[in-house]
Amino acid sequence: MSGVYVILQERDGRVSRASWEALAAGQRLGSELNQPVTAIVLGATTEALAAEAAAKAIAKVIRVEHPLLAQYTADGFIAALAQLIQNERPTQVVLPHTYQVRDYAPALAARLGHVLISDVVSIGDGPVFTRQLLQGRLTGRYRHTGSGPCLISVQAGAFRADTVETGAAEISTFTPMIDAAQIRTKPGEPFRGSAQTVDLGSAQLIVAVGRGIKDADNLPLVQDLATALGAELAASRPICDNGWLPMERQVGSSGQTVSPKLYLAVGISGAIQHLVGMKGSQCIVAINKDPDAPIFEVADYGIAGDLFEVVPALTEAVKAAKQ
Amino acid sequence: MKIIVAIKQVPERDAQVRIDAAGKWIDESGLQWALNESDAYALEEALQLKEKSGAAGSEVVVLTAGPERVGPTIREALAKGADRAIHIDCDDLGMRDALGVARLLAAAIKPENPDLILTGLQSEDLGLGQTGVIVAELLGLPHATLILQVEKTDTGLNVKRELEEGWFQSIELPTPAVLTIQSGGNKLRYATLMGIKKAKTKDVRRLTAAELAVDATPVVVVERIALPQKQKTTQMLPGTAKEAAAALVEKLKFEARVL
Repeated sequence: MSGVYVILQERDGRVSRASWEALAAGQRLGSELNQPVTAIVLGATTEALAAEAAAKAIAKVIRVEHPLLAQYTADGFIAALAQLIQNERPTQVVLPHTYQVRDYAPALAARLGHVLISDVVSIGDGPVFTRQLLQGRLTGRYRHTGSGPCLISVQAGAFRADTVETGAAEISTFTPMIDAAQIRTKPGEPFRGSAQTVDLGSAQLIVAVGRGIKDADNLPLVQDLATALGAELAASRPICDNGWLPMERQVGSSGQTVSPKLYLAVGISGAIQHLVGMKGSQCIVAINKDPDAPIFEVADYGIAGDLFEVVPALTEAVKAAKQ
Repeated sequence: MKIIVAIKQVPERDAQVRIDAAGKWIDESGLQWALNESDAYALEEALQLKEKSGAAGSEVVVLTAGPERVGPTIREALAKGADRAIHIDCDDLGMRDALGVARLLAAAIKPENPDLILTGLQSEDLGLGQTGVIVAELLGLPHATLILQVEKTDTGLNVKRELEEGWFQSIELPTPAVLTIQSGGNKLRYATLMGIKKAKTKDVRRLTAAELAVDATPVVVVERIALPQKQKTTQMLPGTAKEAAAALVEKLKFEARVL
């Protein structure tokens, strides 16, 4: 029993960025444990994905192919991967922490009698795996015990995709046994919620508002600041869940990913799901009443104070500076 | 339709948390607790499904595991309209891993034979996002995650699943099934005075972890918890609101040069 397996996910016919990050994490584990790294691609036809993966500095690529894997289903993926893992007996299995992986990896681990260590942000000697707790207020270091594979999923952005070097890996194929009757769910084609009229991705300046604003009636306060700056208004998920701003203004894992010159977060505590959508911003400013809020972990400038006092003062200061 | 909603009590969002002496969890003394947000949406979805179905004998059962302190959270769910509750009395939840907790829940669910099991997509404290999916696996049921809408069909369910970056997908699945609910699909209700009154007389069945007799040995163990390491050096701008605002504009203009 040996080897680090990295399960790659396809996106628009190519290996997704999050998968390359998972591969980087796999290589970190491979060198820690002195074990070869193997990339796994799944689908009905995986030739192109396998070729892409084989051009990296890893030992092997395994194509897990079956007509019933043409479309993602948890039942199909769990059946195929459980067979592969039981057959090949890797010690470590690394996955990107995507919505798809969240849908099947916990059950895959359970089928193997194991437990996925989800949303890992770093890997230390041992190996020990660090993940965030209480929406990023604390971190926990976890260790896998017992024999059998250790499964982990890694948070988007936690490992650098560009550290994966080029190489030439051998490619093999694994054909799992899957019966159509095993697949109990019928997924439809993905669709967009509504016509996107706001492209936050191309905005240079963004003012984003979170739960701290307390009430929809207080939104003009941040809208005024956005207007004074010439910025787009964005929000964290709870604001959109409440219907205070349209979903298309949501930044985070379930909304848009942005990297403006300036991201000004008002009353946003900084839950992981929000941070993954904005931490690539050039300059981050946070205004929050709680000096321990996780948003300050990623902020360049911070004001720990009452947004109902700070925001109007800031709007005035911006207006004065622009005159 | 019989629906079980698995809920969790978590520290209140703004609660000040301190690491406990052993460095393995937070100090729970004096902490304020609340119903996990996505579990509140799962409960809401269950209550709406029951109301829509209107069938006699439909019921919503809330299920939770935890020590004595979870009592008020159970009452809150009953006050919002759940018909009865099952409380797995267990004070070593933190020592069990995701599989261990799911085993407890699955053992309590099994004899109930529900048509549907709902839970939130993840907890606000541990944030593992695994419990519902593992429960489905343990019970041998189909599942779907990150669900915003649930519709009963002749053959089972049609659900709206959230994908990343503003995409969605419809999924058909047979019942019984397990769904993990994403926040925002419905508007949450408040408990009415009448509901709070009624909740006091509703049945809360207590089970102990011991009588469920599931394996509690963890595969994944927490070594230590700590404060996060800063990813950036944050310049905190002190002073009154006016002073801090003026200082920030200066910094943005001349230091960060983004204005």
